[in-house]
Amino acid sequence: MVMSQKVVLLSPPAVQRVLTRIAHEIAEKNEDDADLVLVGIQRGGVFLARRLELMLASVMNRPIPVGALDVSMHRDDLDNHVAPEVHPTNIPIDITGKTVVLVDDVLFSGRTTRAAMDALNDFGRPRRIQLAVLIDRGHRELPIKADFVGKNVPTALMERIEVQLKEAGGTDVVYLEKA
Amino acid sequence: MTTWQRKHLLDIESLSADEITMVLDTARAFKAVGERAIKKVPALRGKTVINLFVEPSTRTRISFELAAIRLSADVINFSAEASSLRKGETLKDTARNLEALNADIIIIRHSAAGAPHFISRFLRGSVVNAGDGAHEHPTQALLDTFTIRERKARVAGLNVTILGDILYSRVARSNIWALNKLGANVTLCGPATLVPRVFEQMGCRVMYDVEEAIANADIINLLRIQHERQRKTMFPGLSEYTSLFGLTKARLAHTRPDVLIMHPGPINRGVEIDSEIADCGRSVILEQVTNGLAVRMAVLFLISGGKAQEITA
Repeated sequence: MVMSQKVVLLSPPAVQRVLTRIAHEIAEKNEDDADLVLVGIQRGGVFLARRLELMLASVMNRPIPVGALDVSMHRDDLDNHVAPEVHPTNIPIDITGKTVVLVDDVLFSGRTTRAAMDALNDFGRPRRIQLAVLIDRGHRELPIKADFVGKNVPTALMERIEVQLKEAGGTDVVYLEKA
Repeated sequence: MTTWQRKHLLDIESLSADEITMVLDTARAFKAVGERAIKKVPALRGKTVINLFVEPSTRTRISFELAAIRLSADVINFSAEASSLRKGETLKDTARNLEALNADIIIIRHSAAGAPHFISRFLRGSVVNAGDGAHEHPTQALLDTFTIRERKARVAGLNVTILGDILYSRVARSNIWALNKLGANVTLCGPATLVPRVFEQMGCRVMYDVEEAIANADIINLLRIQHERQRKTMFPGLSEYTSLFGLTKARLAHTRPDVLIMHPGPINRGVEIDSEIADCGRSVILEQVTNGLAVRMAVLFLISGGKAQEITA
């Protein structure tokens, strides 16, 4: 067995700082937007979206609707993997005409983001969609770019990014696992 | 976390409790899809699903057909009356011909027990059992347990009474397997000719007094008398069945106030169930139909997954 090596990319306080910055960037970019909606991609993105909402609500002085989106029914690679666990999708308001900020933990190939945009279209026609991610690890397979990035991490394909969040039990920490 | 590794859904008997729970959890997400304005997802885009119904059925076929359509698969319906099976073609040849059309999933209903298992041995695609003789009807049991879990928030520890024709019922057999695996207490009741004591070996209570059998039930699952499957007369007549075993208002008065009444359909009003009861607030018969669609979408989705491999973001 090959020994794998884990490197901490973001410590617990760093996760918090990065999210605070993303919240301010979202607020700055959408200052005049009365119709902002956060939608987290299951599972990690949902926890992050809820945290961003708390921060945004205090920065923008109003509550922001938060939804959860499971994209497994919209992925294009069911043939290649065992069927994934499907988590609930809950879009609390009509997103037609709104600015939707998709939130995910790791941006990699871009296929999850593409699936999420397809899935969102089944709920309405947003005026614009923005993308916020905690980690961008590169290796895009589609022309997709994040609007808000916590940390850019150049990675090798064989390396893994592991995001742990306290909502899932444990502490906030992001690791890079070298194969 | 369990992952779904099966290519076919042939029976409940071989499933683990975790696998059953995974289908039910997945079905919950698909039920939500049916409640949206756009009720379709692209999960099975480009796949071909063939409904091979050698024994006639309308509701199960329509449910599978709609499930496949809502997953964006292409669906072909194939019924025995209009097929070469009538011209003497064997089931094996029929199934191979359908596979030659590049079918990805074959959903089969057949009057012979084991027919789905048989064709799964030589087909490359997936096989789903939509009812084989008096053996099993797995998706019915999954939708029944889904309905119970949704209404009662659990299955373990509940008292479920299955009332009616058990001997000829694949629904009963699949339900018994599923309910036992999930920890429910199953009681069977009906005429002694249709509910032999041998079912006690499946871990059920067998009773012949209907009042006693339903007194403490959380769920009463009524089964239709299967005229078409009874080779000889098992009871004197339908009116005698109604008076001895039918779910009447008088009998219902002596059950738990929160009892759920289920029936796989088609119901025979006035035979196994009073007409008013079928439409009352405790009846979840139509919810079962809605849930059946979600459960079948979940099954088609899960068996379409590829081999085990790490899922990448």
